[in-house]
Amino acid sequence: MAQKHIIGQAESRWDAIAKVKGQANYTGDFPIKNLLHGKILHATIAHGYVTSYDISEAEKVPGVLKILLPEDLPQIKYSTAGHPWNLEPKKRDIEDRTMLTRHVRVYGDDIGAVIAKTPLAAKQALSKIKVTYDTYPVYLTPKQAMALDAKRIHEERDNVIASTAVGFGDVNQGLDEADFVLHRQLHTPVQLHAHLENQVATAFQSEDQRYTCISSTQIPHICRRIVAQANGLPWSLVRVKKPFIGGGFGNKQDVTIEPLAVAMSKAMGGKPVQINLTREESLAYTRTRHAIDYDVKLGVKKDGTITALDMQVLSNQGGYASHGHAIGGKGGTFINALYKMNSLNYGAKTVYTNIATAGAMRGYGMPQVIFALECVIDDAADKIGMDPIEFRLKNHQPDGFYNELSHTKQQDFRIGDCLKQGPEAFKWQAKVQQAKAFNQLQGPTRRGVGIAAFSFGTATYPFGLETSGARLILLPDGSFKLMVGATEIGQGADTALSQMAADTLGVPFESIIRDAITDTDTDPFDTGAYASRQTYIAGYAIRDAAEKMRKMIIQRAAATFDIRGEFMDIVDGNIVSVSDGDLITTVKDMAQASYFDWQTAKTMVAESSVNIHNNSYASGCTLAEVEVDLQTGKIKLLSLMNVHDSGKIINPLLAAGQVEGGMAMSAGYGLNEGLVYDELGRPMNNNLLDYKLPTTMDLPDLDEIFVETKDPLGPYGNKALGENPTCSPAPAIRNAVKNAVGVGIDTIPLTPESVYDALQAAKAPKGVS
Amino acid sequence: MKHEINFTLNGEAVTCAVDIRKSLLEMLRDDFELTGTKEGCGVGECGACSVIIDGRTVDSCIYLAVWADGKAITTIEGIAQSDGQLAPIQAAFIEAGAVQCGFCIPGMVLASDQLLKDHAQLSRAEIRRGLSGNMCRCTGYQKIIDAVQLADAKRQADPKTVVLPHFKIEQ
Repeated sequence: MAQKHIIGQAESRWDAIAKVKGQANYTGDFPIKNLLHGKILHATIAHGYVTSYDISEAEKVPGVLKILLPEDLPQIKYSTAGHPWNLEPKKRDIEDRTMLTRHVRVYGDDIGAVIAKTPLAAKQALSKIKVTYDTYPVYLTPKQAMALDAKRIHEERDNVIASTAVGFGDVNQGLDEADFVLHRQLHTPVQLHAHLENQVATAFQSEDQRYTCISSTQIPHICRRIVAQANGLPWSLVRVKKPFIGGGFGNKQDVTIEPLAVAMSKAMGGKPVQINLTREESLAYTRTRHAIDYDVKLGVKKDGTITALDMQVLSNQGGYASHGHAIGGKGGTFINALYKMNSLNYGAKTVYTNIATAGAMRGYGMPQVIFALECVIDDAADKIGMDPIEFRLKNHQPDGFYNELSHTKQQDFRIGDCLKQGPEAFKWQAKVQQAKAFNQLQGPTRRGVGIAAFSFGTATYPFGLETSGARLILLPDGSFKLMVGATEIGQGADTALSQMAADTLGVPFESIIRDAITDTDTDPFDTGAYASRQTYIAGYAIRDAAEKMRKMIIQRAAATFDIRGEFMDIVDGNIVSVSDGDLITTVKDMAQASYFDWQTAKTMVAESSVNIHNNSYASGCTLAEVEVDLQTGKIKLLSLMNVHDSGKIINPLLAAGQVEGGMAMSAGYGLNEGLVYDELGRPMNNNLLDYKLPTTMDLPDLDEIFVETKDPLGPYGNKALGENPTCSPAPAIRNAVKNAVGVGIDTIPLTPESVYDALQAAKAPKGVS
Repeated sequence: MKHEINFTLNGEAVTCAVDIRKSLLEMLRDDFELTGTKEGCGVGECGACSVIIDGRTVDSCIYLAVWADGKAITTIEGIAQSDGQLAPIQAAFIEAGAVQCGFCIPGMVLASDQLLKDHAQLSRAEIRRGLSGNMCRCTGYQKIIDAVQLADAKRQADPKTVVLPHFKIEQ
């Protein structure tokens, strides 16, 4: 009997039926008796201090139960970043906020709160609270906040919260030795996660007098810790439950509203209180993707050798540190992972400003640095007259490269295969010829093709702790309950993890039962959904638990049938003889016996916990074809393909879905998306009408291919995939636009206005601007 | 102030004394506990709250509850068959891998179902236009459009699977 492999199969996600039936409960869908509603009073200035509140009128609103000011809540400073706790105080995330504050650092800062019987009463009360401020100068950019006379946004530290440099070789010498030096300034926008479900949390005192918080979080275990820290509670007095979650993309890797929800419930004697952010609040007042400015010098020889790369980085942190420098500081390692060069200097500063706090967002700094890198790489190829694919093929790092900056050997690193197989699948050469023929017609539009490559780590080692636990319980009918702390947020983790368990156990996929809720009281510890880590890190934990469970089942069969264990295998739920495949017994029979056999009953539970000290680097590229309207600057995306080196693909259907969603997010990043502010730091487009999320009409059919191999380290030959797709589409689109119109634009999004302006500027005679 | 309305909800005649300020979305979720209908923006931008009213896809967040009086409304809870068997469009969403976080899916499934009912045959371009009012951040829409195309292909292949029209008021 041949082993039926479940890894690599397009299994339907277990929760799809509930979701198409409208049966899946998200945080806001649970019926809670006598639920109260909490609303946050947001600052209407971007920088200053609240000198007084007048709540007298607000208190009179019928249904208002309590108005909370900063002084009413614990003044314990904490960090909202979803990172594992660090035992070394110096390595912890910057603890720079309290739940409510009089110190206003961003427009919309949380300066008060109302608890009422209805959401409407709470809103009415908010509108009646009068606030008086002292106002301070508003800094929108790192440069403004770094000016010598700039006021500190947080009294206790400089506006530059961190500054690092990594690299190797002598960059000045490298630039001297180059035949050409390209000097570019590139800018990326404030992108928003725009998950369809806004942040929502419900907190109440449970029967055991502890606090339960049901929350739409990517990181239940970390959320428990941060809720407890902010409220000054022992960690065990908080229980977090995460039901189905309507997208996160990193925004829910910050613990934003949960501490306040628990504080509100505490203030109401433990009654249930829900905070349910509006779309406008979620877009403007939670977290964003860091806007980053790059100043880049690249030295290149005529033969295509990169002699030097100097990249100076200013990362706009916004008002609070959140994930801080972990994002802006990350690029050097992955530039080195991708391309050979004689010297590299990656210098990064992360700077407080008065715009919305930037945090984790899908790709975690890589979409920014890959945009900057791949624009300049592409321009360098143009400069020396080399084909952009050939230039990348010449310079990419080989399989087996040892990355000194992260002390990681890049095993099974297949960027070369991506750069060869991608263009072929995309019909790059044919598209180049078609574009040339099209452009010769001299019509109102021009066509072009572009490429961009990327590298990406799997999980956070060696920078972050990587632990995960799993538990398998054999149920009486031979199915298994799989319990993990790894978090399903829509990406399909639960389904992929179940496939892993089934594959190692040797049972059908349907034999694995997951849970709609992750619960910090009962599920094993795992730090959660981020860094494209779960199939990798939780994968090891599941493999360990499944191997233990498999061994226990075989041991029982060995004892029952007096056959040595090594002569038996579990295949498709049957226990068979290894030598001839004959059926010996079934997992179901062994399960029954483990519960009910008079002499030997002993139920089976397998536990595991892992601490992983390795990282498998993934890579890939995007190919794009665009048509640009010369009169309006409008870009039409004609085709887009992503190529991924992500090791073994656990579930091709889910993997393709992940890739397509990431491509759409990055296409939006390149073409339309960006939160904008007026000079007072007020967000101007925090709604889904003015913040341009791609719709069905804005995207072409999306294609993807996988350069599939088996990673030697990954638990099932797999490595990162979740965030990877967001890294390279935006620069590939930018490079395609350059190919079409001959102008490389270094600031995204490439809105019609910006393209039009760039075209006009390029047309203007030299010396006139 | 409350106002009593009568309407058909997922094929059943219902009565509700509803706060006149409430949206249809609020009434469905609060008064009828039909929480399959989701709120994504509350102002008619995202389509997560889509329901079918007399054969038209409508954002229930910007439709007053009292306007439901005399209408026939279908929510996501109402499109599977009474024995629980999935509607063809629901099955197609699963088969095509169109579901990720699932928050846009109730609205997307209803909008797709209505689109199929309104057109004997659909091109990909028509599907794109038909679903342009429903936002999704997870899928890039690729497999959602695939799902609608799949459901369309299946009904072309087997006319017996033609979906029944949504509940209409008996005249």
